[in-house]
Amino acid sequence: MRDFTEIWSYLAQGPLLWLTATIAAYALGDAAFRASGRRPWVNPVLIAVALLGGLLWATATPYATYFEGAQFVHFLLGPATVVLALPLFDNLRHIRRSALPIVAALLAGSTTAVISALGIGWAMGLRGETLISLAPKSATAPVALGISESLGGSPTLTAVLVILTGIIGAVVATPLLNLLRLTDWRARGFAVGVAAHGIGTARAFQVHPVAGAFAGLGMGLNAVLTAFLAPALLRLFQ
Amino acid sequence: MIAALLAVLLCQLAGETASRALALPLPGPVLGMLLMLAAFAALPRLAQVVRPLAQGILGNLALLFVPAGVGVIGHLDRLGAEGLPLLVALIGSTVLAIAVGALTFAAVARLTGAEPEDA
Repeated sequence: MRDFTEIWSYLAQGPLLWLTATIAAYALGDAAFRASGRRPWVNPVLIAVALLGGLLWATATPYATYFEGAQFVHFLLGPATVVLALPLFDNLRHIRRSALPIVAALLAGSTTAVISALGIGWAMGLRGETLISLAPKSATAPVALGISESLGGSPTLTAVLVILTGIIGAVVATPLLNLLRLTDWRARGFAVGVAAHGIGTARAFQVHPVAGAFAGLGMGLNAVLTAFLAPALLRLFQ
Repeated sequence: MIAALLAVLLCQLAGETASRALALPLPGPVLGMLLMLAAFAALPRLAQVVRPLAQGILGNLALLFVPAGVGVIGHLDRLGAEGLPLLVALIGSTVLAIAVGALTFAAVARLTGAEPEDA
């Protein structure tokens, strides 16, 4: 039998190990989520990220090596955005009926997301690159990264802030919207998609199909609007 | 399965190409989503072809964010120094944006008579 360290050094360089670890960590997170009775604060993404982060730290594996394997999962973000067309198509009748509320909620939600993040961050002493990286955090990851880069922020920091925003949105949405006594699945889903992109959308699909479809729509529309809003609003804080 | 995969990838590819060629602020996959939606409207049978694949991907959407999320390990030092303001900004702004967005939607729906059909 060969030395374990030799096998490890072989596996640690290829994509198989970290691809498997990514799926396994998510499976554990998802199992914990189901075991908790689908409580929103037992978030599968957060659990998987914590497990993998700990594993990379313990094995002194660089993120670039990890990403060699994980990129196959990461790539699917693009096709996942494209297939959001299906729930939109299924709900076209609902969407046509709600054109005005959609436009109003998009403008209000998107502006609130950017201004309040910049305002709170600025008031608490954030400046420069960190503040810029914060501006597009409610937009879906590929869009937010592009905006951050073009404004002089740090795309990798933005990626982390985008993920955290999604997790926060997925966790707070149900209790918050219940507290506000909102029962309209369109309003609930759309606001979560605008504020918390794909992770919020994933959560909305778990709660109700109409909420999921409207969340997907909110995410797509907010991706476009944030590209225009973030640069303009950032100027207020510089 | 192959037809569905091809349709989705073609839409994404067309979206990426158009986004770059025309220097649009719209990211490629979002444009691809709009193309796919137009294709479904023109050819409703296509929606049934793509449905199993779409449901498979959307049913596990959260998994796809894990690789980018693990990138947090590269920012632990910054998150140590600026972690508290960042966390307060993220929580505060996400709560505000969801509340403002949802309340606006519900209020405008009431004003314009676009009430939900099933609630």
